[in-house]
Amino acid sequence: MTSQTSPSFMGEPDPSGRFGRFGGRFVPETLMPACIELESAFRDAWADAAFRSELDGLLRDYAGRPSPVTECHRLSEELGLRLLLKREDLNHTGSHKINNVLGQALLTKRMGKKRLVAETGAGQHGVATATAAALMGFECTVYMGEVDMERQKLNVFRMRLLGAEVRPASSGSRTLKDAVNEAMRDWVATVETSHYCLGSVMGPHPYPWMVRELHRVLGDEAREQSRVLLGGADPDVVVACVGGGSNAAGIFSGFADTAAELVGVEPAGGAAVGGGVPGVVHGMASFLMQDEWGQVEEAHSISAGLDYPGVGPEHAHLSDIGRAQYHPVTDDEVIDAFQVLSRTEGIIPALEPAHALAWVIREAPSLAGRTVLVNLSGRGDKDVAQMMDILEGEQ
Amino acid sequence: MSLELEPVVTGRPLPPSPTPGPMEARLRAVRDSGRKLLIPYLTGGLGKWADIVRAVADAGADAVEIGIPFSDPVMDGPTIQVASERALAEGATPESVLSGLRGIDAGVPVLAMTYYNLAFHMGDERFAGQMAEAGFSGIILPDVPMEEQGPWQTAAEGAGIETVMLAGPITPDDRLQRLCDMSRGYVYGVNLMGVTGERQSLGEQAETLARRLKAVTDKPVAMGFGISTPEQAAEVAAVSDGVIVGTALVRRILDGGGPDEAHRFMSSLRSALDAS
Repeated sequence: MTSQTSPSFMGEPDPSGRFGRFGGRFVPETLMPACIELESAFRDAWADAAFRSELDGLLRDYAGRPSPVTECHRLSEELGLRLLLKREDLNHTGSHKINNVLGQALLTKRMGKKRLVAETGAGQHGVATATAAALMGFECTVYMGEVDMERQKLNVFRMRLLGAEVRPASSGSRTLKDAVNEAMRDWVATVETSHYCLGSVMGPHPYPWMVRELHRVLGDEAREQSRVLLGGADPDVVVACVGGGSNAAGIFSGFADTAAELVGVEPAGGAAVGGGVPGVVHGMASFLMQDEWGQVEEAHSISAGLDYPGVGPEHAHLSDIGRAQYHPVTDDEVIDAFQVLSRTEGIIPALEPAHALAWVIREAPSLAGRTVLVNLSGRGDKDVAQMMDILEGEQ
Repeated sequence: MSLELEPVVTGRPLPPSPTPGPMEARLRAVRDSGRKLLIPYLTGGLGKWADIVRAVADAGADAVEIGIPFSDPVMDGPTIQVASERALAEGATPESVLSGLRGIDAGVPVLAMTYYNLAFHMGDERFAGQMAEAGFSGIILPDVPMEEQGPWQTAAEGAGIETVMLAGPITPDDRLQRLCDMSRGYVYGVNLMGVTGERQSLGEQAETLARRLKAVTDKPVAMGFGISTPEQAAEVAAVSDGVIVGTALVRRILDGGGPDEAHRFMSSLRSALDAS
């Protein structure tokens, strides 16, 4: 696969790692050499045909790419629009997270490091990282909020089965943001031998850019696949859920320079773009949910994967310049969408992309007759126990 | 009338670093008198923190760092995390810590140590102005490396706040020189790769970094992270200009220790430094 020639909306950040007024590199001096090394290693690898070819091979033969685009006939009819799904749920490990992780794992090997550190919310990134570590023979430590370990027990077990050590993040809100804090603390102490395999388009430069580039493959595929389905046209609207924003960044990057409208859907209880103000945490300047003093607030969402009070800096920028719109949906709308897709299409979505579907379902009247592509970023297996509790509790 | 323009000269040496601020001048004088610097850290808003600031100053601290608690202290280990959480739960805010200092005449320079979002959120100029008004001399922002210092330093210099830069064991030589040039007050050498917290022993990294720093700057060099005992303090001070002791003090405060306990501990560190 060849790289695109300077896309105008989602290109490289400036030399300080900024997308407009967001991004940057707000890390302790002890981590600066590692960030600089990583940027240089990624630039070098990304320009190296052998690296790209090895990664493409892994994505194809190990992760199962390309993932298909599925047209949802029954749900389309019900909603009065044409709904397409980019099926990242069909990837190995069950979500889009594997794209980023395989890239970073190859990069880790290239940098001569032998241990991966990661944070995880719902556990999808943790499972993907543990998987890549097993594949490459790396040590792996995953930090996960205590609250999330409880709601995503199955993924905790999966990670352990894959040989990773799962360590609880037991301070603060004990969710994703605290897992990021713990992963950064680990990295500060082990940076000479460990790579921090960050799971979203956030953190210090080069992560937001690098992780988006590693997910660009899904956006490029979706654009070509949609054009085949739509007789050369692009979808009218491209929709993805946004926590940190990696799956949205991947699919948006494939359509940023088309006429498609881009919509990011945030949980109402963690709407950093919708309800946040600019702030600095986890190495980046971005929109951030915070109190009147700048203390970071806890996000609250049914979905552990979106329970994050910040958002990737490029999303903050895309919102700033009006290239993408960001809208919130409630937990109840998500629970409804989760069931609707299961019943009408035989696809059980993860709770995270159920947010994107929830927005489409709610906005169907205004989307009537239009073609909508949703990035179905992961499958719902990990969520069925939680949903069983919720739905049976209603009865 | 003709305008006498200075010719543009290329290759001119860089201008000397600005005149030391009041805190740096004072700490240089202490250092030049042959005394090792003792700089305790304690979490603002935690228990009787204001009384403890007076107690540690009375016991021989040369400056005091006061943590303004932040929700996500990524450079801090478990002890200071717990202290921050407890202080926040007790209602500490940047304003309460700043105003809490107003009534204290510690007799030594006082610095804030916090994370950048608290300043960024309030606005750099307003935050720096309020710090100066409350009597702070300096600040340490561990999550703002040189490359991101610009807006903050402009505001800080305008308010007369001296911004201390941190150097780490793997900071390359060229960065080390630049951050020493940028640092005001003193240079904070981080003894180890990791977060704040007590350590049984400090490796060679601390000594190596202290020597590298002393070789490139004549600003006071204070070493911190991991120093838990008077013996360790003396050991690190032997190769630097002094030590920063945080977690070992904060742990005593968390365990219920008040000004007397803090005074005793600080005196033991002072004696060890003076005897070395």
